[in-house]
Amino acid sequence: MPELTDGCVKPAQGPIVPLPQQAAAAAGREAMEEKRMIARVGQEAIDFEANAFINGVGFRTVKLSDYKGKWIVLCFYPGDFTFV
Amino acid sequence: MAAVAARYPELKALDVEVLAMSTDSRFVHKMWQEYELSKMVEGGVPFPMLSDAGGKIGAIYGVYDEAAGVDIRGRFIIDPDFVIRAMEVLTPEVGRNPEELIRQVKAFQHVRATGEVTPSGWQPGQMTLKPGPALVGRVWEIWKP
Repeated sequence: MPELTDGCVKPAQGPIVPLPQQAAAAAGREAMEEKRMIARVGQEAIDFEANAFINGVGFRTVKLSDYKGKWIVLCFYPGDFTFV
Repeated sequence: MAAVAARYPELKALDVEVLAMSTDSRFVHKMWQEYELSKMVEGGVPFPMLSDAGGKIGAIYGVYDEAAGVDIRGRFIIDPDFVIRAMEVLTPEVGRNPEELIRQVKAFQHVRATGEVTPSGWQPGQMTLKPGPALVGRVWEIWKP
């Protein structure tokens, strides 16, 4: 298994919002737009970049679009070491 | 999370990639894996565990609880065209049902492959519906709940 080398702070892009959203942000509505839910069934998924831990691999930066072309199940959960 | 991990071989066989995400850092993900998950599921959680520091991704997906500062339990099925097919969001105290997740994946894959539609509770091998003018008002003849 490769060594898990990583700095303390590693920025990741977070949501990579589509163009109309970016235009809105440029118009000075950044804070408002950023928080709005824009994921919808039947619509294209919103891409993002995040830091990740992968068992047996180590720390990686992962983009949702890295998995384009496959079926993806994206699961959010409230926190590590919680109960359910 | 462990429950989804336990069904991972089945999901993998369906060509599904699983991504888990919480607001915890990658460092805590590693510790949770080593201290607990690896004892619940043999070999630990086999899929990437992502960090949504600040909840910005969760907010876009409608699962970020600002008051608590965490992403609540949300699950999304995304197809190979990168289109979201299903979403399920639960408040944190009730866990997911991986059985239903797998059923939905199979149904969406069937629909994608055949153009047919699947009635309520459909399982592979059961009858499907072929939408069209001939079927209007006649579903009752071939399908009952």
